[in-house]
Amino acid sequence: MCSGGSPVKGPKRIAMESNNGCMLRLEDVSLTLQGHVLIPPTSLEVRAGEVITIMGPSGSGKSSLLDFICGTLSRAFKAGGRILLDGLEITRVAPEKRGIGILFQDDLLFPHMSVGENLLFALPRNNGDRGQRRAVADAALAEAGLDGFFDRDPATLSGGQRARTAVMRTLLSHPRALLLDEPFSKLDAHTKGEFRSFVFSHARMRGLPTLLVTHDPEDARAAGGPVTTIGSEWQED
Amino acid sequence: MAQSLRQLVVSKAESRFSLLRLAPFLTLCVFLAPVVAGLAATILPALGFHPALNRYDIGLKCLLQFFSLPGAGRSLQLTIWTGFLATALAFGLAMLFSASFCHTRFFRCAQCLLSPLLAMPHSALAIGLVFLLAPSGWIFRLASGALGITRPPNVITVQDDWGLSFVFAVLLKAVPYLTLMTTAALGQVQPARSLALARAMGYGVFGAWIRTVFPRIYPLIRLPVYAVLAFSMSVVDVALVMAPSNPPTLSVFVLRLFNSKDLAMQLPGAAGALVLFLIVVGSIGLWRVGEILVARVGRRIYSSGRRGGSGTVSRSLAAGIMIMLLLFSFSALMVLALWSLADWWRFPDAFPHAFTLTTWTRHIGAVGRPAFVTFVTGISAVLVSLALVLLCLENEDRMGSINRSRTLLLLYIPLLVPQMAFLFGTQVLFIRLGIVGGWIGLIWAHVLFVLPYVFLSLADPWRSLDTRYRRSALCLGASPWKVFFRVKLPMLLKPMSVACAIGFAVSAGEYLPTVFAGAGRFATLTTEAVTLASGGDRRVLAVYVFLQAVMPLAVYLMAIVLPGWMHRHRAGML
Repeated sequence: MCSGGSPVKGPKRIAMESNNGCMLRLEDVSLTLQGHVLIPPTSLEVRAGEVITIMGPSGSGKSSLLDFICGTLSRAFKAGGRILLDGLEITRVAPEKRGIGILFQDDLLFPHMSVGENLLFALPRNNGDRGQRRAVADAALAEAGLDGFFDRDPATLSGGQRARTAVMRTLLSHPRALLLDEPFSKLDAHTKGEFRSFVFSHARMRGLPTLLVTHDPEDARAAGGPVTTIGSEWQED
Repeated sequence: MAQSLRQLVVSKAESRFSLLRLAPFLTLCVFLAPVVAGLAATILPALGFHPALNRYDIGLKCLLQFFSLPGAGRSLQLTIWTGFLATALAFGLAMLFSASFCHTRFFRCAQCLLSPLLAMPHSALAIGLVFLLAPSGWIFRLASGALGITRPPNVITVQDDWGLSFVFAVLLKAVPYLTLMTTAALGQVQPARSLALARAMGYGVFGAWIRTVFPRIYPLIRLPVYAVLAFSMSVVDVALVMAPSNPPTLSVFVLRLFNSKDLAMQLPGAAGALVLFLIVVGSIGLWRVGEILVARVGRRIYSSGRRGGSGTVSRSLAAGIMIMLLLFSFSALMVLALWSLADWWRFPDAFPHAFTLTTWTRHIGAVGRPAFVTFVTGISAVLVSLALVLLCLENEDRMGSINRSRTLLLLYIPLLVPQMAFLFGTQVLFIRLGIVGGWIGLIWAHVLFVLPYVFLSLADPWRSLDTRYRRSALCLGASPWKVFFRVKLPMLLKPMSVACAIGFAVSAGEYLPTVFAGAGRFATLTTEAVTLASGGDRRVLAVYVFLQAVMPLAVYLMAIVLPGWMHRHRAGML
């Protein structure tokens, strides 16, 4: 039984506990767009702390697959199959109740909030009073090497700092699985390597099953897990 | 755990029947039902069916009676002539200006001046224009030395029989409106590359624009053009101030019939309203036919390979006319301010003899009540419209794609159907509901016109907000409503407040809805100003009109400044 994710009654949890035993499973998941099969029925199992990489060219439907797992797939697509998180089906659960964290190519920090407010937005309610919540956010910032950045305007941060903030924000929402939608592609070469190990080490530390989507073979190598390729028949376009 | 998940699934299924899903339907009822019902309640009496007056003889008698009224035919001609002239000129000038100057600093500068101009009520501009143009107006005072006159010259410069001064008054707002609509359309088309390409092939600035950009943006500004056509054929307040009064334009003619002491005149009045409606529908149809013909000729012109001139002449012409229009509008505001502060101002003097606050202090009490009504009505109509629009847009986000071109046409209905053709019927409907002459009826009547503008100005920014913000917020565990209030609304604060300011300006400028739904019990600054414009002390009129012009202007400026101030510590929001 995994902890974290949707609010459960009981003793208050510490913010950043590890998450042993969660597993993300896709059963015969398929995606169709206007009668065009993007992904034929595919099954996949990601164990806790494991990173599976999905490679494929743009337009192959790999981002849409992540949308489907999150529950935010556009109605233009038709999706089939089941998604299970720790043995429970979540295919029809509302996105905000799934407990699946996602990181996009852009950091998407909310520009109207401070760095700290961005983190508190993600932190679930049952994390103590204001002071305790603030302490959790400060600790997360320290963990990302951003000590004392709570009141900063996100627009004043460097690309790498923003990216790390986005990771901490996602982790503070206590996801039970992590999806990475090419989160490294927009960073410069130096930041990229550092940030890759930051993301992977945090995902492993928390035992999160992680699905990485990319078209950069370097990302796949750094992830160190199994690699699946989809949409190869569309490679020519 | 499994059970709680099952509950979640069920609660999601239930939420499909929520208030949010009803939002589009509710909105349609709120703003289209009074229009449709109002049209029906106007057409029936026009055909002779008017139970309240005990008339049941259905037929064309009322229409014939209307046409037999003295001046009806002339009034019809005047309406058609001024409507087409004003629309053609406004459209031509807006195109000429956009073609000659898009992507220049002058264009951006003019735009900054045009948007506050749009916030000013049309009747206020028209009255200010009278203060400028009349034989005793400011222009003749300033020129009196050069002309060697000491008394107002005996010429007709306003309310001329041809309706030219009326057309000019319409242009003062129609040109800025169409120019800003074109700017918005240009943003969607991204014309820079096609222009560069065409110019490299030897086409002049204007020629390149007309051939490569115009055909793509016209479909996007078609509805605004129709709205200008319908507006100039059916506007009442500007016509009362600027158009000839005997016979007047059709809409004023009909209003007089409705206001006649003899209640039986309501029947030919309704017939006239029906005629106005048909004239507007027919004119839009005729304009559409014109579009098709122009497109056919246009194709031949592109393929002829003729390059046209360098566009220098059209460029200077466009700049000159735009500067003149801006100059007239801002001098109109200035002359109002001068008159309201004038001690006394003899004719040939260029400026008042002395300045005083007496007129203001003496009338501040009397002006307070209509100012209050204007403010409360405007704010309430804006809040109701904003709530409905936000619910519709949020519903659209959650439900996925919706047929947008159909929604767009529906939104334009209250702007295309002449107010005179349905407000009489709406009043009948409101009497049935018992809300005529009360706040609810008044605010509702204003929502009909405020809501489309709020929707039109908010929909594009709303739809172009990166959907990944919403998705990542959901995946962080925020409920859809939390995303709505904590992410979308704050990020869209700026367009939202601009939409509210536009809505407020629309409400503050409305004349006919207040007259009909207020049933004489409510006066706004606009209705008071239009009433006072027919005579009386210029200084008192200037106080009303200045306030009428400045109130929406102040709201507009606040709407620009406030969001920036609230997000002053967030560089990403600027």
